[in-house]
Amino acid sequence: MDKNMKILVVDDFATMRKVVRNLLKQVGYENISEAEDGAIALRILKSQKVDFVISDWNMPNMNGLELLKAVRADGDLAKTPFLMVTAEALQENVIAAVKAGVSNYIVKPFTAEVLNEKIKKIVEKL
Amino acid sequence: MNVKFINPFLEGTVKVLKTMAFVEPRPGKPFLKKDSLARGDVSGIIGLTGSAKGSLALSFSEPCIVKIVSTMLGEDMNGINGDVKDAVGELTNMVSGVARKMLEAEGYNILAAIPTVVSGKNHSIVHVLGGPSIIIPFETDSGPFFVDVCLNEVK
Repeated sequence: MDKNMKILVVDDFATMRKVVRNLLKQVGYENISEAEDGAIALRILKSQKVDFVISDWNMPNMNGLELLKAVRADGDLAKTPFLMVTAEALQENVIAAVKAGVSNYIVKPFTAEVLNEKIKKIVEKL
Repeated sequence: MNVKFINPFLEGTVKVLKTMAFVEPRPGKPFLKKDSLARGDVSGIIGLTGSAKGSLALSFSEPCIVKIVSTMLGEDMNGINGDVKDAVGELTNMVSGVARKMLEAEGYNILAAIPTVVSGKNHSIVHVLGGPSIIIPFETDSGPFFVDVCLNEVK
């Protein structure tokens, strides 16, 4: 596991970005950047090298599902690992994310161990 | 309001606070609330639609939410600031998500809006349906908070 990989955390709630950042640090990831919605995240992804995306679903401007679809449709970004972190656990949401090509899905609330496990599973499949 | 709607919000609240803030809230006896006065100092409110319609509010006393958010963020909070309000919105969102998932297993497909946060002494909680609502009081080592639900099945 490359603990130096660059992780982009996308969430419109600043506190949630901090929470995810703290959980990532607890399990050894320090190279973290943040975006407050999907549109900003997409601009970062197109201008910087990002190894892994952790995104919320419900956000203004461009939500997590729209961001995921934009990433998968972009030739340069299409293979970027994408973990959706959301309070939306309804079956139709999970199906929509899987159809759009999400790498994995975490339902809030979650612990550092669960987050680490999901990242590990995604990276092992690459 | 159907009493079967109470348990998912009670369990959702306990799960969210245990996981995110390592707090074990102790639920008290639910009671009916007929006024719009918030029982806490800062409240998150979220509208719910679908096969049941209404709203959920989480209303925290200041010492309680300051402790919760300080633990969540690993930083000491001094009163109800922007980070605390932001966290109240997110906690409300998470409790709604867990409760809606539990209600989905019972055949209810309920969607949530974006939460809003209100603060200040004696602020109001205006439910989508106007009330009355059910209050589930909780106690923590740092003070009380209240889950305030007004939800009716759509026939």
